[in-house]
Amino acid sequence: MNIAVVVRQVPDLIEPLEIAPSGTEFDFGSASFLLNESDDHALEQALLLKEAHGGHVTVVALDFGDVDNTLYTAAAKGADRIVKIARDDAPPPPRAAAVLYAEAIKPIAPELVLVGVQAHDELDGGVAPFLAAALGMPYVGVIRGVAVGAEPGAVAAFKEFPGAVMARMNVKLPAVLGILGADQPPRYVPVSRIRGAMKTTQFEESAAAAVSSEPLTAIARLYPPAAGSRAEMLSGSETEIASRIVDILAQKGLVK
Amino acid sequence: MSTARKQAGAELLEQLGKSGYGKPPLGCMQCGLCAATCPLGSAMEFPPRNLLLQAASGNLDKLLESPSLWMCVACYACSKRCPRGIELTESLWPALRDAAMQRGIQPPAELQETFQNVLKYGNVLGKSPRARLDWTKSLDVRVLDLSREPRPVDVLWLVGCYPSYYPRNQVVARAFARILTQLGVAWGILGTKEKAVGECDRMFGEEGLFETLVEDNRKLFDKYDFGKLVVLDPHAYRALQNFYPRFGAWYPAQHYTTFLAEYMEQLRPLMVKPVETVVTYHDNCCVGRRCGCYDPPRELLGLISGVKLVEMAHNRDDSLCCGGGGGGMWLDAHIVAHGGQRLSDQRVREAADSGADTLAVSCPYELSRFEDAAKVTGLEGRVKVRDIIELLAEAMDLGERSVA
Amino acid sequence: MAKDVLVLAEVYRDALADVTWELLAAGRTIASATGGQVLALVLGPNGAAHAPALGAADRIMVVDDPRLADYAPGPYVAALQEVTAAEQPRAVLLGATSIGWDVAPLLAARINAPLVTGCKEIQPEGEALRVATSFCGGKMMAEVRVDGAPAICMVLPGSFRPADAAGQAKIEPRKLPSPLEPGAVRFDGWVLPEAGDVDITQQDVLVSVGRGIQQKDNLELAENLAGALGGAVCASRPVIDQGWLPATRQVGKSGMTVKPKFYLALGISGAPEHQEGMKGADLIIAVNTDPQAPIFDIAHYGAEVDVLDLLPALTEAIEAKRG
Repeated sequence: MNIAVVVRQVPDLIEPLEIAPSGTEFDFGSASFLLNESDDHALEQALLLKEAHGGHVTVVALDFGDVDNTLYTAAAKGADRIVKIARDDAPPPPRAAAVLYAEAIKPIAPELVLVGVQAHDELDGGVAPFLAAALGMPYVGVIRGVAVGAEPGAVAAFKEFPGAVMARMNVKLPAVLGILGADQPPRYVPVSRIRGAMKTTQFEESAAAAVSSEPLTAIARLYPPAAGSRAEMLSGSETEIASRIVDILAQKGLVK
Repeated sequence: MSTARKQAGAELLEQLGKSGYGKPPLGCMQCGLCAATCPLGSAMEFPPRNLLLQAASGNLDKLLESPSLWMCVACYACSKRCPRGIELTESLWPALRDAAMQRGIQPPAELQETFQNVLKYGNVLGKSPRARLDWTKSLDVRVLDLSREPRPVDVLWLVGCYPSYYPRNQVVARAFARILTQLGVAWGILGTKEKAVGECDRMFGEEGLFETLVEDNRKLFDKYDFGKLVVLDPHAYRALQNFYPRFGAWYPAQHYTTFLAEYMEQLRPLMVKPVETVVTYHDNCCVGRRCGCYDPPRELLGLISGVKLVEMAHNRDDSLCCGGGGGGMWLDAHIVAHGGQRLSDQRVREAADSGADTLAVSCPYELSRFEDAAKVTGLEGRVKVRDIIELLAEAMDLGERSVA
Repeated sequence: MAKDVLVLAEVYRDALADVTWELLAAGRTIASATGGQVLALVLGPNGAAHAPALGAADRIMVVDDPRLADYAPGPYVAALQEVTAAEQPRAVLLGATSIGWDVAPLLAARINAPLVTGCKEIQPEGEALRVATSFCGGKMMAEVRVDGAPAICMVLPGSFRPADAAGQAKIEPRKLPSPLEPGAVRFDGWVLPEAGDVDITQQDVLVSVGRGIQQKDNLELAENLAGALGGAVCASRPVIDQGWLPATRQVGKSGMTVKPKFYLALGISGAPEHQEGMKGADLIIAVNTDPQAPIFDIAHYGAEVDVLDLLPALTEAIEAKRG
């Protein structure tokens, strides 16, 4: 199966994000970026499908942040082709980005396009459904596991619902799937293989398509969540905190 | 056995010989001392002797798929006992693990996360590099951060991941800072620029990650003017002493026990407070069994008035491992799931049997491992686990209330 | 100018999704500013059966069509598009649910309408809407101005006070556009979790673990505590993804929604997806080394310590209390 995977860089939240003086965008000066978690799963799902049923995997990304590291890692894991969309600016919002990805994906003519269902820095929808629209392909998202089913030209995608329930969706190809989780956790690849991939992998450059930068929504202000109703903090040693918790539970009759 | 297979085995062993990590494992006569001395050997599908045999025969498939490949905790007992001087711990085990990962065999999940933390953040705990100096916040002595204020120093102290981030070990880091200052040593640290030395990554076969760290650390160290490196972590010491030079990265390095032992005479008059306790010392595997350095830690403890030193049944060359080396720190679940025991539990019982009320350690892993073990074995009130640094600081009246 | 607000009253396995009444309440705030109406849309055969619970709406539209018997993106979006085109609402509100995450962006793309996800507050401002939205795993908020209509808003469950079910609105049958192109994505059956594990929705006390538990073998510490408290262990998504606990123990958006008497969150940062599944607990105590963790925003009590240090101390304290 010919599979395309979109991978995105998102800011690492290990440090608080800083807001630029304008108040409407982030100051990424000291931020670091990493691979969007559900995109990592999308890549893993693509590799699993390829290993089980043959085919090849093309990874598509916008040139941004530490994306080269991500792409070399993808190559070391088993991606066959890497397409990097050349661009100078930070990635545009999801809808505009989807158009860029679509232009880069069309020449690949994939049967299946896998994208993480969500990236934490998006606030106007995920790239995945907009990409489906731009490619004119059907879409279903919140998928945790994909199997090649009995029906030719289709896959079974497992859509997650509350209560650990899944809906088995029969998806005719070509299609775009928004991946939440792969059938297995993303694989580990030793750093020596990544270093090897750095020496041997050739990125294919794709020119960025022109996209309308006219957003349908505008950020008026970024701000940290209100700290109004925060928890009453218990302090002291572990033993002191433990005994405070026991007191609270005893008051509520939860420990007798 | 096919010739091709035999050749694969021979090639692997020959490569090991060239790696420079120890004597090539070609002279093995299958005496079995290694397997007999291995603390986890009885639980392994491929204990050291069989590991060598299968590797030499090129029977790699089963070997590399076996959970026992991830059970060595780098205690060096097999290497120490081998009558042919074959280096299994630093050479054979890491090479086989590397070979497994190159084939796409997945190491236990806990290890993957640790590796990724080191690659991403430069520390095993997955903490922000910017928080690396948090341990100094409540410190009452001046800390020279060379990355902000580059100045020549005698000692460049690599604080280490656990002492920088882990609350129980931060107490030890602060005590060491006070001792260095009291001794008048010109010392500095690398602040938020410090990165893991990478010993556990290499011992676990993540050779590529280790190489990356050596390159990064080398660039970093070379920026500053210092006399020697001093480390709290015996594993880091071993890596700087034996692994870094393979990459041409040679730096004089000392574990803190040998470093402080050179200050014996200056320390003696500074011991102003008696510490009434019966202490037994746990020899860590790197500085102890691997490097044969047993006296300095005991001499340091001997400086403290009130300390009565007793020995456990297994000590020095025969010391029992805490089970935390070579990635074992993250693999208790894996080891127990495959029939191994938590070595730290056994060691704490031995400490209690020695009649000691304090188990003195000199490795950042051991504090939490033995404190957990004391809880699990019900010995929490009876055996207190303390780093030698904490005991010295208390005797020098430089201690803070320990969180233990 | 458009005045009405359209709400998708989502049906999941024969019941209305909990978020529906929040959507109706949010819809009322927007609509009443300009004298508009709140329209509820129910998709599927038997849709009319849900009408009595949708009293907070002014009008209830039901598309009773066998092609909507089970969820599939194609017919759902077609129905939404049809009703949106007919009613010209100023806003379309959907829950940030498994279905919402499909159909909201697909509809937005189809009719080129603005879309905002993660909505926690929505206020009309003249002809525009001002929306407060949560992102970056709950660690950041953005105030977004939406000018175009209809504004498609995906609401984070738990953000609005649910509207009363009381009231009575007339049912208006609607139709799917016909003929509908055959959908490429088809529902093919439910896969239910294996029975036999603890049902965490029935527990009074839950000890819930997240990334902060670090290693699988540390789960034993949590099990010990749960044992002492007479409760069960559950977890946030990362722990489940590692395969350390079965999916039936997952709390949050894609897992279980729990309302125990006591929920102890250990090493859980508290992203909105997790909060969704547990914010209804009577008493929440959160333990995390990160003082910025969003879990402290909804916990009643918090402690900034390492869970691995606190766990044994707490188990011991509880055992001591029990004597």
